[in-house]
Amino acid sequence: MNFTRRKVLGAVGATTLAAGLPRALRAQQGAVKIGMSMPQTGSLGAGGQAALVALRMWVDDVNQKGGLLGRKVEFLVYDDQTNPANVPGIYTKLLDVDKVDLLIAPYGTVPTAPLMPMVKQRNLLLMGNFSFQVNAKVQHDMWFNNSPWNDAASWSDGFVKNGQKLGSKTIAFLAADQEFAQNLANGARELSKKAGIKAVYDQNYPPTTTDFSSLIRGIRAAKPDMVFVMSYPNDSVAIVRAVNEIGIGSGVKMFGGGMVGLQFTPIMQSLGSLLNGITNYNSYVPGMKYPGIEDFLGRYAKRASEAKVDPLGFYLPPFNYAIGQMLEQAVNGTKSLDQKAMAEYLRKNEMKTIVGPIRYDKSGEWANPRVVQAQFRGVVDKDVEQFRKPGKQVVIYPDDYKTGDVIAPFEKAREAKG
Amino acid sequence: MIFSLDLLFEALLFGVLLGCFYAAVSIGLSVSFGLLDVPHVAHPAVMILGSYFTYVLTGYGLDPIVAGVVLMPAFFVLGIVIYRFYYETFEKRGTEAAVRGLAFFFGLAFIIEVGLILGFGVDQRTVHAPYIGSSLSLGEYRIPYRMLVAFGVALVLTFTLTVYLSKTFTGRAIKAVAQDEPALRLMGANPVRIKQWAFGIATGVSALAGAMLIIVGPVEPAMDRLYIGRTFCVVVLAGLGSMTGTLAAGLILGIAESIVLMMLGASWAPAVAFGLLLIVLGIRPQGLFGR
Repeated sequence: MNFTRRKVLGAVGATTLAAGLPRALRAQQGAVKIGMSMPQTGSLGAGGQAALVALRMWVDDVNQKGGLLGRKVEFLVYDDQTNPANVPGIYTKLLDVDKVDLLIAPYGTVPTAPLMPMVKQRNLLLMGNFSFQVNAKVQHDMWFNNSPWNDAASWSDGFVKNGQKLGSKTIAFLAADQEFAQNLANGARELSKKAGIKAVYDQNYPPTTTDFSSLIRGIRAAKPDMVFVMSYPNDSVAIVRAVNEIGIGSGVKMFGGGMVGLQFTPIMQSLGSLLNGITNYNSYVPGMKYPGIEDFLGRYAKRASEAKVDPLGFYLPPFNYAIGQMLEQAVNGTKSLDQKAMAEYLRKNEMKTIVGPIRYDKSGEWANPRVVQAQFRGVVDKDVEQFRKPGKQVVIYPDDYKTGDVIAPFEKAREAKG
Repeated sequence: MIFSLDLLFEALLFGVLLGCFYAAVSIGLSVSFGLLDVPHVAHPAVMILGSYFTYVLTGYGLDPIVAGVVLMPAFFVLGIVIYRFYYETFEKRGTEAAVRGLAFFFGLAFIIEVGLILGFGVDQRTVHAPYIGSSLSLGEYRIPYRMLVAFGVALVLTFTLTVYLSKTFTGRAIKAVAQDEPALRLMGANPVRIKQWAFGIATGVSALAGAMLIIVGPVEPAMDRLYIGRTFCVVVLAGLGSMTGTLAAGLILGIAESIVLMMLGASWAPAVAFGLLLIVLGIRPQGLFGR
């Protein structure tokens, strides 16, 4: 073999150059990896699986358009089983083993809370997914929560204001003993105190509660004018059933407020007419107009039917698709995967999404919150199609989307036609 | 906290119903763990399996209670198969292997849970019947019919199992296998077959308990985890293997929880179950009704 000095130097130089290439530059040959954990089993599993359908739709859509920065998007997701203890481990794996480029938070407050210290410590951009006040104490400046609420006031305001209009003087609180419900309960307590509404019943219940009849009896004995409930899906179903069986009292003007689960189609379908009269928060109800949402819901319905998940998908899926849209805009806007630059872009620009334009405030929450309080009316049993049309959930707040006034008292509203 | 004699009476009344519900979900475990010493932590998962099969059968127009009864023979056979597998792979190889059988039952619970997720998805499932969602009015009081179903199921199961275990030859053999297995062998009975039969009964009972569970409230695949602690608590509190003791322990637990919920708050209710267990084990290690 003929080794000349020039050939040897050339080979050494080329090897050194290749080894010295920045890791990021070499990685550009591969896909852009986006990772998350999602509750796919456990109490938030039904919502989580529906949300995943929407995120996968965005991944397919963006890949059809050529991906991000000319690279294909790869989506990695693990089931956290709605168990917050699993979340830090999953995200450590996503970052250190799977080497993902971008992160999305799991759906919900409870699974997201343990993730916050990690992303703050590592200075990572995190797109929030229907969390509530998880950044209030951590104050991470690269957190962008996609949910229509901001602080506790933005969530319970519509419920309390409508109660006030109806002349309510007393309120009962029933809250699950966990992060989300307690944050919401504290806000609602403050709001009602400011409004001069006295709390006559205030109970936290543990997540292992199997039957709520005793609690409902306690509320009935306290004779409140309003009942504000903060519950997770399984509890919400049991509470609605217990109210129907035990009765909540003829003096109650409004019931509901913060019940998670009454937005999920299988639960709405199974409860049917028992929902009538309940005023509860929501993120989207038919009749609200945003560019692209109807096309999305049409395409989602087909995918959801194949995946056997929430067939309507009004609550979480559009917002999860919007998370993808925001990431896409931030990457294209900065022409990079630099998380600091992307965070800066998200902070300064208004994002165009299928759930309307989104602008973030300093704490990474929606600057213009838009929690809908809607009253179920005229719902019949065993009919999923009824929920596709406007009218079964009458929006009583905010005024921009209002489609009717709240009917009170609660017992009367239960009999009202849609 | 609001307090009145009316509320206290209501709490007592509802405590009895809740207690019967706890007894009904625990009675199968009282046979498998209490009498047979099988660490059957998959008991709640088998019950949830019963709930899902009930859900399927109600789709064909069957009443949920009838569906539960119809499922009992199939679950009896399933119980025999499960026990045989556990016996051949663990129990036969001595005490240490039997303890390792705990892992087998945890595994079984996970397999059932994942199987249900794959088959039915993670959504809650519920059934419809005229007695679900309505209540019996007694003056000021309203008692949910679904809890009366739990009351009935608990009484029927306790009575039937007590009579079976004390009046029939096989029943007495099941009790004997729990007390002195070598002596039973000397009497010419095969302890393994007796245990197999008893485990079949425990699993068959779980089918009816599962039907009751889906009547009382919606179920989802991971719901078994909620019941592991509570069912073991009832069985140990009762004294291992006592059927009437299981009913009594369920009632004590239900009434205590209901009253604590009213007087102190709902957050204290789970502490009552395990607090009671600790006190009872401290005073009577054999349980309230154990020998």
